[in-house]
Amino acid sequence: MTVKVGIPRALLYYYFYPQWLSFFQHLDVEPVVSHRTTRGLLEKGLRSTVDEACLPVKLAVGHVLDLKDRVDYLFLPRLVSMARREYICPKFLGFPDMVRNTIDHLPPVIDINLDLYHKRSNAYNFFQTLGKMFTKNPARIYLAYRASCQAHGNYCKELESGALPGELKTLANSNGKNGGMADITIAVIGHPYNIYDRFISMDMIKRLFESGVNVVTADHLADSVIRQEAGKLPKQLFWTLNQRMIGAAYHYFNDPEIHGLIHVASFGCGPDSMTGELIERFARSRSTKPLLVLTLDEHTGEAGIVTRLEAFLDMVRWRRNLADVAATL
Amino acid sequence: MIVTYPHMGYMWICVKAMLEYLGVEVALPPPTTKKTLLLGVKHGPEFACMPLKLNLGNFMEAAELGADTMVMAGGCGPCRFGYYAQVEHAILQDLGYRYDLVVLEPPEKHIGELLGKIRQITGNRSWRQVIKGINFGYKKAWAVDDLERMAHYTRPRELFHGATDRAFKTALAEIVAVRQPEELPAARERAMAIMQNVEIDEHRQVVRVGIVGEIYTLLEPFANMDIEKKLGEMGVEVDRSIFLSEWINDHLFMGFGRNVRSSKEALKKAVAYLGHFVGGHGLETVGNTILYAEKGYDGVLQVLPFTCMPEIVAQSILPRVSQDLGIPVMTLIVDEQSGEAGLITRLEAFVDLLARKKRFREGLA
Repeated sequence: MTVKVGIPRALLYYYFYPQWLSFFQHLDVEPVVSHRTTRGLLEKGLRSTVDEACLPVKLAVGHVLDLKDRVDYLFLPRLVSMARREYICPKFLGFPDMVRNTIDHLPPVIDINLDLYHKRSNAYNFFQTLGKMFTKNPARIYLAYRASCQAHGNYCKELESGALPGELKTLANSNGKNGGMADITIAVIGHPYNIYDRFISMDMIKRLFESGVNVVTADHLADSVIRQEAGKLPKQLFWTLNQRMIGAAYHYFNDPEIHGLIHVASFGCGPDSMTGELIERFARSRSTKPLLVLTLDEHTGEAGIVTRLEAFLDMVRWRRNLADVAATL
Repeated sequence: MIVTYPHMGYMWICVKAMLEYLGVEVALPPPTTKKTLLLGVKHGPEFACMPLKLNLGNFMEAAELGADTMVMAGGCGPCRFGYYAQVEHAILQDLGYRYDLVVLEPPEKHIGELLGKIRQITGNRSWRQVIKGINFGYKKAWAVDDLERMAHYTRPRELFHGATDRAFKTALAEIVAVRQPEELPAARERAMAIMQNVEIDEHRQVVRVGIVGEIYTLLEPFANMDIEKKLGEMGVEVDRSIFLSEWINDHLFMGFGRNVRSSKEALKKAVAYLGHFVGGHGLETVGNTILYAEKGYDGVLQVLPFTCMPEIVAQSILPRVSQDLGIPVMTLIVDEQSGEAGLITRLEAFVDLLARKKRFREGLA
């Protein structure tokens, strides 16, 4: 019988899942991904988390609860840092401990540190420690690591060429374009675990597709573009995900092909409160593009989101038509 | 150049002493009030934590006094505080305030960056004098902290209501008035004597509560609605887990100062529950709660500003610590919506429970 390792479909799952799945499969370990987010799953998470935690953390706890009785190990790596001199968020640093201290009867938790903060640190250490839990053969670990890196590289390339992660993949054509039906392009800026989770985002991306909109996100840009744009800040941001968001926002504000931006934040998100402010100020002072700021939490009503999206799209189209008329005069 | 910096409890005393000793002109923001908070709330990001809003209000009020250079501390994350200065500066710029920004933070490439920034404030004073100035400021912080500790002890035991507060005010004025490092020891003695003259009942039974949490809300009485005084008047001897002088010693002097309580012990204790630092004082909060339990305190109070990320991590872990070690823990979250009456009710209920538990335990023994 193969060992089952549970991976919650939450937090950085959307960024790392091809790499993690491929690594586990190469070691003959069966990765078990939690079910798609549902109301019930979220409710479970809400009951087991402190009220003050943000929506993504509550949701991640829900996914852990979904997995805990049907796997041998829980894979909750401590994501300290994904790049030099950068962190993700304090809650990511403490997530394994938050889970361990609030939920009883957990299977063994794999909480190895992924820490690339220092100059000499590298991702192999992380995978080596992880691999040693399942095999004694260092060559197998190394090969699995190589394969997983390749999977991750392919995934990044796919995203950069316009695909969307996970279940959303089938929605968009391979080039991300909306079957030639779209007349406007909107950039959706937000944490991957908010915008790609179809329940949490109220299926925002699908709704946009159905309203004839091309959708682009931060993941469609090369890392170098994002870093260059984010470099315009007075001080380098120390949150990797928010650096991606702000870099992408700056880029899309200057991109003539983009007609409007939607900033998606979760209620009480610390980093978003800072970068959201900077993005808003940039939009007001140095851009004429419309920006919609949507804040999500567990009480968000679907009707409210739909109304706001529709109003926003109407405004974007109205503006574009005005611009077209002005161009012909 | 007229320098200003935000308030954080009695920090202004130590920083003002240091800067004025070095001949820098200082415009101190008026004491933080409801108006400060309203200014900050109006112009700051909605979901930013309360310290940012208060800082912003402080800077806006200081500008009216003619300040033109804002000095802020920085950091390299993951706590939001590391990016405060830049966001606050951007907001002030948009509002039309013309501030020069000096951020004192751990240098990115080499120490020269930080030294250059200190030079920017101190002008061409010699480094010897700068160091002397810093030391002077530290000594003042130390003196103020000692007075605070004495006040924590006497307040629940005072014979006449309000005697401690009156004495503390006079004693503090003694320390504030000192302008030269040589005069400090004498002033310190005088201040201590004032505090010792408060009449107390040494045998009174008091409940002991440790206060842990986020540094700004712990140190700034406006932010925590004077929680130490409120608890003291309810007959509670408080111990705060963070004092300014200890923080300076731990973070700026790398723990060189002797005979100073250090956060290292707390960090060691916390590892059993929280395996990695989480920014801010999250790890210290967990560690100090364990320490208070071991020292036999009757309860622990965690104070944090709404949406504070490191403290939320700690908050989710504290129930387990409380359960394992049998120490009651209450979490208080403050923001611009906090009401005083609600706070008093909660504190009274908490203290009643602690006192009852203590009586019960002593009855058994």
